[in-house]
Amino acid sequence: MFRWLSQTVTVIGVSLRSVPQRLGPSVVAIVGITGVVVTFVAVLSIAEGFNAAMANAGSPDTAIIMRGGSNAELNSALALDSTRIIADTAGVRRGENGPMASAELFVILNVPKQSTGTDANVPLRGIQMGAFDVRPEVEIVEGRLFTPGTNEIVVGRSASNLFSNLELGAVNRWGENTWTVVGIFEAGGTISESEIWCDAAVLQPAYRRGSTFQSVVARLDSAETFQAFKDRLTTDPRLDVQVERETDYYRSQSSQVRAIITGIGSVIALLMGIGAVFGAVNTMYNAVATRTREIATLRALGFSGSSVVISVLVESALLAVVGGVIGGGLAYAAFHGYQTATMNFQTFSQVAFAFTVTPALLVQGAIYALLMGLVGGLFPAIRAARMPIVTALREL
Amino acid sequence: MTENGAALVQVRNLHKVFKRGAERIDVLQGVDLDLQSGEFLSLMGPSGSGKTTLLNLLGGLDTPSDGTVTVGGDRIDKLSAARLSRWRARHIGFVFQLYNLLPVLTAERNVELPLLLTPLSRSQRKKHVATALAMVGLSGRSKHYPRQLSGGQEQRVGIARAIVTDPTLLLCDEPTGDLDRKSGDEILDLLQALNAEHGKTIIMVTHDARAAARSTRTLHLDKGTLATEGHDR
Repeated sequence: MFRWLSQTVTVIGVSLRSVPQRLGPSVVAIVGITGVVVTFVAVLSIAEGFNAAMANAGSPDTAIIMRGGSNAELNSALALDSTRIIADTAGVRRGENGPMASAELFVILNVPKQSTGTDANVPLRGIQMGAFDVRPEVEIVEGRLFTPGTNEIVVGRSASNLFSNLELGAVNRWGENTWTVVGIFEAGGTISESEIWCDAAVLQPAYRRGSTFQSVVARLDSAETFQAFKDRLTTDPRLDVQVERETDYYRSQSSQVRAIITGIGSVIALLMGIGAVFGAVNTMYNAVATRTREIATLRALGFSGSSVVISVLVESALLAVVGGVIGGGLAYAAFHGYQTATMNFQTFSQVAFAFTVTPALLVQGAIYALLMGLVGGLFPAIRAARMPIVTALREL
Repeated sequence: MTENGAALVQVRNLHKVFKRGAERIDVLQGVDLDLQSGEFLSLMGPSGSGKTTLLNLLGGLDTPSDGTVTVGGDRIDKLSAARLSRWRARHIGFVFQLYNLLPVLTAERNVELPLLLTPLSRSQRKKHVATALAMVGLSGRSKHYPRQLSGGQEQRVGIARAIVTDPTLLLCDEPTGDLDRKSGDEILDLLQALNAEHGKTIIMVTHDARAAARSTRTLHLDKGTLATEGHDR
């Protein structure tokens, strides 16, 4: 076994040291695999970014309460009485200003994108002051909070960056009202940053919603008390509600889009990967053809066919991993942090997010490259091992 | 002679048939050959007579269509490819017309290659390599790459690689075919010395009667059969 390893290491060494003599085809294979990995990592970083904005939003000790049977806020309606009963239910954490709960509603506005000028659906959420107790990650970073009872709005950082006329001081006419941006807020890059917030009491008459809301978000005493809180609400005969943990809600609201982006990304990467594998096959056939006499000489001296197979596979895999590392680096440099927005058709609104190239994605890219290299090297490797020695020795 | 008195190499009724499409080419047609230990045999004959094919069969690079090949008491005509590989590493040293050195390795690393298939330690390998290079007169060129050597020097490295494991049999395929006369003579001097002074058993394929004259025995092949026995020196 040790001798086999020793001879295999030698054949691999000979193989790799002769790569500079075959630089052209080797570079072509590296470039092909680099392109695939850039695409693979970039597309999947969209899903990661979307995931970070949606699935990481919310907190496990926060509950979102909607009308029974609603699977999204958009389909929900809660009467004012119901929202008060919910806020006063045992299990809702209490602060200096009373229960940490916010009855909310939202409407969808058409706001042009800065990049294309085309209209996009942007949520305008009416909140109660308790919203800031429920979502402690929200922080006004420019300007100030809106004054309750006025047509002032605060805008999430991502929405401000991506959509037109949402900068501090901008005035917009939406519906029959004029709204002034008085503050910009951040929320750790989560979905809230894609929204515009105003006073719920102002939004209700502006969009003729009477005294109804769509949801209540409530911060609980702890994450562990969620089930007891849920049981209390769902068994209260005065209410017809469904209660979800906020983290679960956002995860379910993003699942389809995430699956589609990941699916499309994987299919694109797979198709490109097939092309790159042909490139690798071609390169390694070329390598084997160039080294025909060298391989035959080693085999004549007694080196085993399996050593030759492994040397070809290792060369192919290493070229591919070089492509994978370069591709991952390029994808990180070109796309990581790139801000964009996409429609979440589960909520009919735009979600702003940043492409997120995670270390796990880079590892996945490198593994994908390695697989392409191994598949690409397999047939040339077998061919090298099966070459009749006496014929190959005559090759020039 | 081997220990039990049999010839070192015994070939009996050896046939090799190649097929090219529907065409059948009988390259060797019933060759019988005995070679004693310590002989230096030249195989001569026109192109296509089967001499290189015979050399390849004796070296276990190919398998016969029929007949038997016994070297040092081992029947090699029925061995699997993997066993033949191991057998070649132990018993055969090859010298090629075009030297077949690996261009990315230095002379000493080229010579060391066959030793990597043995259980020798690194320091033992180093000693063997130094001895082999000294025997071919290239101690001072051990760190040179093949491109830094003349053709004659490259062939000397090839011979050092062939003898470094002290093989049972040295097989040389046109070892002077790609060299000028002076370098060719030097290589033949070396092979002759290996045979005469170190007792190496050598089989050499050559077109050159002058080269064949250096051997102890010459056999002529014609159309796949041993035609005539040449001189015995």
